[in-house]
Amino acid sequence: MSLFPPPLGLILELTHRCPLQCPYCSNPLELERASTELDTQSWKRVLDEAAEIGVLQVHFTGGEPMSRRDLVELVAHAASRGLYTNIITSGVTLDDRMMAALMQAGVDHIQLSFQDVDAAANDFLGGSPGAFAKKQLAAARIRGAGLPLTLNFVVHRDNADRVARMIEMAEALGADRTEIAHVQYYGWGLVNRAALLPSRAQLVASTLAVEEARARLSGRMVIDYVVPDYHAERPKACMGGWARRFINISPSGRAMPCHAAETLPGFTFPSVRDTSIADIWHRSDAFLRFRGTEWMPEPCQSCDRKEVDWGGCRCQAFALLGDMNATDPACALSPRHEVMQAALDETPNEFTFRRMKKPAAGELAPPEPV
Amino acid sequence: MSVVPRLGNGHKFRFDQVRQAWVLLGPERLFMPDEHAVEILKLVDGVRSTDAIVDDLASRYNAPPEAIRADVDTMLADLAARGAVKL
Repeated sequence: MSLFPPPLGLILELTHRCPLQCPYCSNPLELERASTELDTQSWKRVLDEAAEIGVLQVHFTGGEPMSRRDLVELVAHAASRGLYTNIITSGVTLDDRMMAALMQAGVDHIQLSFQDVDAAANDFLGGSPGAFAKKQLAAARIRGAGLPLTLNFVVHRDNADRVARMIEMAEALGADRTEIAHVQYYGWGLVNRAALLPSRAQLVASTLAVEEARARLSGRMVIDYVVPDYHAERPKACMGGWARRFINISPSGRAMPCHAAETLPGFTFPSVRDTSIADIWHRSDAFLRFRGTEWMPEPCQSCDRKEVDWGGCRCQAFALLGDMNATDPACALSPRHEVMQAALDETPNEFTFRRMKKPAAGELAPPEPV
Repeated sequence: MSVVPRLGNGHKFRFDQVRQAWVLLGPERLFMPDEHAVEILKLVDGVRSTDAIVDDLASRYNAPPEAIRADVDTMLADLAARGAVKL
């Protein structure tokens, strides 16, 4: 029997620790504690196993990956295995020393997040005064080192009208690439959905701003654009399809087809502590469950787009309908598509910022999986 | 006018032993070039001009340079628009 093609990318959530508190953070609501994180040797073994089965790119993310003291060592290890190394960072702790060490380690690319082009709004959303100025310095350090730079802006109701300015700032900072990414509504983003969802008019205007900038900057800057599902007629191909391209590993070593998958009920996600990357990819129930098209209900099963969007997003079907086997309600062909409009009609709420839960008095760190 | 193409900043063109195929890796993107594109990309080294690339391919494949030039220009323009090649 021929094996499924190997994964292209490995996403390592090295830690859920982060100096910022963005209310749309893609980490789960139940953040994993430092005491449960994999150690350096385990991460290195994961990188070895991933390179062996054909992973090409590794994305070091978090939380804030620079909160891990072994980030440089892990980057160097990945580079030594021929993996293309990418760091996704808030940049607030990227000083000259760290930049030099990462260059020495062989880092290939850094993606730097901004919460806004407006300094006050940026610092408010991240919950971190002075963060905007630090990010500006981080961008200069990355470009000064000669490394390609991607700026990432997460877009929502309060900043959707500033997309053109975001791209202008990226241009001024010498970015090779900009991601204009509307919030994806899972986890913290879903909690804050009513406060974050842009109107249709805002979405149309932000799309127009991106298209104008793409035409103006063609050949100079790449602009990737991610839209929210809530105004869509067809769902996104979430992660390029379930377990088709990526393996995501949580700080404690749980492997999932995407970072939000642990919200799904009835799954046992394999741990890299006791399962090889090859077994996880080729043989684990969690990765095989929704791979391909066999699991699909109607109207997906007879849809000519089923190998285009791969049925959309399982986490969204579960979060909005309580049924992870259902057609993604973002699709206008879903019998439950009306839940998307209902969300757009909600009254905005106050932000709930991303924070780790305080442990109750006397509570010990959660037991490690064995 | 002939230009000297080079890979975009942060891009790496390498042979993947697992897939037994050439891959072009860049910032959060990845290309699986077809066999024609592979032969062109092997010559994109920041030194050769597009004229030199066309001459090399035309002599190796014993093909008319005009036809090769059209292929080379199209492919490089496409990759340049996606940031993978600088012209």
